[in-house]
Amino acid sequence: MMRGTRIFLLPPLLWFGVFLLAPLLFVLRISFATAREAQPPYSPLLEADSDGGITFLAHLDNYRFILSDSLYADAYLSSLATALFATLWCLLIAWPIALAIARARGRAQAALLILVILPFWTSFLLRVYAWKVLLQGNGVVNAILLQLGIIDTPLALLYSPFAVQIGIVYAYLPFMVLPLYAALARQDPALAEAALDLGCPPWRVFLTVTLPLAAPGMVAGSLLVFVPAVGEFVIPELLGGANSLMIGRVLWTEFFGNRDWPVAAALAITMLLIVVVPVALLQSRAGNMQSGNSAGTSR
Amino acid sequence: MKRHVTLLTLAGLGYAFLYLPIATLIVYSFNASDRVMVWDGWSLRWYSALLQDASLLRAAALTLQVATVNAFGATFLGLLGGYVLARHGRFRGRGVFAGMLAAPLIVPEVVTGLSLLVLFVTLQDSLGWPMARGATTITLAHMTFSSAYVAVVVQARLAQLDGALEEAALDLGATPVRAFLSVTVPLLAPALIAGWLLAFSLSIDDLVIASFVSGPAATTLPMLVFSEVRLGLSPEINALATLMILAVAALGTVALLLLGRGRTDR
Repeated sequence: MMRGTRIFLLPPLLWFGVFLLAPLLFVLRISFATAREAQPPYSPLLEADSDGGITFLAHLDNYRFILSDSLYADAYLSSLATALFATLWCLLIAWPIALAIARARGRAQAALLILVILPFWTSFLLRVYAWKVLLQGNGVVNAILLQLGIIDTPLALLYSPFAVQIGIVYAYLPFMVLPLYAALARQDPALAEAALDLGCPPWRVFLTVTLPLAAPGMVAGSLLVFVPAVGEFVIPELLGGANSLMIGRVLWTEFFGNRDWPVAAALAITMLLIVVVPVALLQSRAGNMQSGNSAGTSR
Repeated sequence: MKRHVTLLTLAGLGYAFLYLPIATLIVYSFNASDRVMVWDGWSLRWYSALLQDASLLRAAALTLQVATVNAFGATFLGLLGGYVLARHGRFRGRGVFAGMLAAPLIVPEVVTGLSLLVLFVTLQDSLGWPMARGATTITLAHMTFSSAYVAVVVQARLAQLDGALEEAALDLGATPVRAFLSVTVPLLAPALIAGWLLAFSLSIDDLVIASFVSGPAATTLPMLVFSEVRLGLSPEINALATLMILAVAALGTVALLLLGRGRTDR
């Protein structure tokens, strides 16, 4: 340990203890309580009786309720499925973009890279709103499809699972392109050239050399898309219909609409268990592998 | 050659996908009609409406204020956090500390927002502070998640930097704080600027967490935009979006020129 660790460690440690760890513990506590009409709107976990005894009021009813009502299970499943498909679409769309950037040179490369980053700097909310404009019944997408003669009557594109999907892919695409490009840029072009020189057809070079070597970038990008997509609130709220079920939106409604803090808290805890714990494990494993690799290959 | 054409076509389609929505917003922001999707000739009326919208200007001012304070605070916290993780090897509780610093990157926004609101309500009930939720609580919440991003940037930069200069300063008798301030921090300057900008833009963009921790008195720009576009389309928001996109594009062009210059210098 280096000298003077404590001075540097203390401010962030205190900050994250108060504003991150403590709040999550409070949420955990509320998830065992009962909702009530009061301030704060949940019951205490322990209550002193008039005769000095202590009653233990904590219970698992909120979790039982979440498990028994199929609404919540459906919301979790549809969130996971939506996020998974969005991740796959992002992979498909990101590959040619990342390859094109990696193969470009000099100023063209910088320009292509900036063009991917620019939308990512633009307001997330406004980028999602843009799809609301595009997908209207009399919007641009329908106009193009009608003009091309692909359809005769405007499609109901907005407020559908399709709209949510396209919104997520659009909003998170840069998160896939950037790590993928980074992985491609790190590749030694001599490897692919060697395969080509030895008579390997280009598609096989791609499948056996370029693609496997880009795997770390694909994993990193997929996590960056999948994780926030599962908990997404804005996109299903703006582009999904009234009955679009995603768990982030269900939690929001439970909290702001029904004012049921304990159920919202239990949903938050289950979300952490379902999404964050596996990802954290995966990441620490990937981190170990990476540090192992870089230790092995460092010159 | 044929492969190149296929790749460029697919990449071109990808870029078209990225820019079609943005282009649409820009074009329709100049629409004279009250109804967004009905074209009625070119006009700047929504831009002048934007500049006369008092609640929108108030929200923009609040957002900039929160983002600026947040950027400084988050850069400070992220600098210390990233420095400890990158340079101070193993210490007791390192795992927990690293986990706390990484958590805001993977915990869903709705969960972060809910947990911080619960914290502020609990503090208010037991300590009487914060008196009201608004700019202060939003800033505290933003500092928590954006400092985690700054810490990542700082850590990445420190991993590239040789620790020898810092060790030399310590060996020559500088106190740890002195070595940190006069050696590490100057070396980190580019990462700190990048981290500051990142924290600033994360704060400007946040809707979910601000909605949870704000009170009735404070509305940030994303909260205002969200309440406008939730139920329908708004030509004024198209104009706002266009202005923001142009500002970002101008910044991007400057960055591109700087990058290009850096390249030729080398």
